[in-house]
Amino acid sequence: MRKILFFLTFALMVLATWMTLFYAPTEVVMGHVQRIFYFHMGTVWAATVAFTVVFVASIYYLRKETAKWDTLAYCSAEIGMLLLTLTIITGSIWAKPVWGTWWTWDPQLTTTFILWVLYAVYLILRSGAGGRGKKARYSAIFAIIAYVDLPVVYVSARIKRGISPVVFGPGGGGIDPAMMHTLLVTLLGFTLLFVLLLGERTRIMNMENTLYARDGRGG
Amino acid sequence: MKKILLIFRKDFLVEWRSKQIFPTMFVFSLLLLLVFNVAFEFRSDVNFRTVSAVVWITFIFSGLLALGRSFSLEKENNAFAFLLLTPVSRSYIYLGKLLSNVVMVLLSELFILPLFLLFFLFDAKGISLSLTGAVLPFLGVVVLGTIGFVSLGTFFSSMALNTKLRDMMLPLLVFPLIIPVVITSVGICSSILEGKPLDYYSFSLQVLVSFDIIFVLLCSLLFEYLIEDSGD
Repeated sequence: MRKILFFLTFALMVLATWMTLFYAPTEVVMGHVQRIFYFHMGTVWAATVAFTVVFVASIYYLRKETAKWDTLAYCSAEIGMLLLTLTIITGSIWAKPVWGTWWTWDPQLTTTFILWVLYAVYLILRSGAGGRGKKARYSAIFAIIAYVDLPVVYVSARIKRGISPVVFGPGGGGIDPAMMHTLLVTLLGFTLLFVLLLGERTRIMNMENTLYARDGRGG
Repeated sequence: MKKILLIFRKDFLVEWRSKQIFPTMFVFSLLLLLVFNVAFEFRSDVNFRTVSAVVWITFIFSGLLALGRSFSLEKENNAFAFLLLTPVSRSYIYLGKLLSNVVMVLLSELFILPLFLLFFLFDAKGISLSLTGAVLPFLGVVVLGTIGFVSLGTFFSSMALNTKLRDMMLPLLVFPLIIPVVITSVGICSSILEGKPLDYYSFSLQVLVSFDIIFVLLCSLLFEYLIEDSGD
């Protein structure tokens, strides 16, 4: 199962890279730099999935108090953090030639920034909380509150800058089918990549826990 | 409701007699005022947006500093463990504490606000300080914003106290979460000072009120999980 998933992800990512670079037509206004958009969407999509997994796993942890939900939430947060960092980097690279700036405090960017900070705090909280049970419970509580907080942040960020038009997204005026195919393949590829990484990270985490338990140190 | 009021009364009395929040917050606010004044060099051409921002930064920084101390009192003599033994739902304990913290923080803010007026706005151009037009709406927003940041501040101060990082952890946990409170409160306050009509900021007001409702409810629900066997 792991092998199949690995090869499937590998094939899809190679395909996505090829489609992004050669299959998708060059955007008329933005030129070649627009191609980074596919990976930008891929990472942000997978990051969103990751943080939703953290949220759901945290709720289950508070209800069931079994370590596996905590492990799942932690591993997912770690991978989500990585994906979100990539989102911000690719977004910046795209924004510089297109908007003329690396960064602007537009609602989406503000929300992404705060999301990044929230999960950085989540990881800091885990490293500084103390005992295992407490660490799991505290971080689960924080993750739930943070996830609920995000839509409110987005709404309030929109007030600040007036209601600015949604710049991102393939919507509006239709999109070339070839671009749509590329986008879909990339999204699927990143979803599988996330599932693969999550599976591997959870496996390693479980091994670590078993080792610590055998050591009698209790992680 | 009676239970909430009882806990509120107990916390408020303890706070009133020991004076943990009030002096901390008041003196710290004065210091912040001084720092802002020196840094910005305010004159009569003040920008209302900047003044509102200064007001809220002062409130939130000094408020969180004071809240960080509010739970440490319960740690002494294990008082909190005994509070948990009382046959009261955990949500009520949270709501009682929230109420007493909100009242204490608001009281401190009431003392600080006239000083703001004196230092920053007294000879500002184009300001109208009619009672119904500016003062009451302003105070209303102060109450709503305070509920917003104290709700999460109270909740997380008990969590931060139990982590290794302690006081360092509280601002880290709370600041990113209360961004909506900062954006809306500062926006509304500067609109009020500029004399804008209610329509202009009614949407921000809705967001602020929703924030208060969502997080007071969510925190009172999750408080049970937060303090469960806090021995470990």
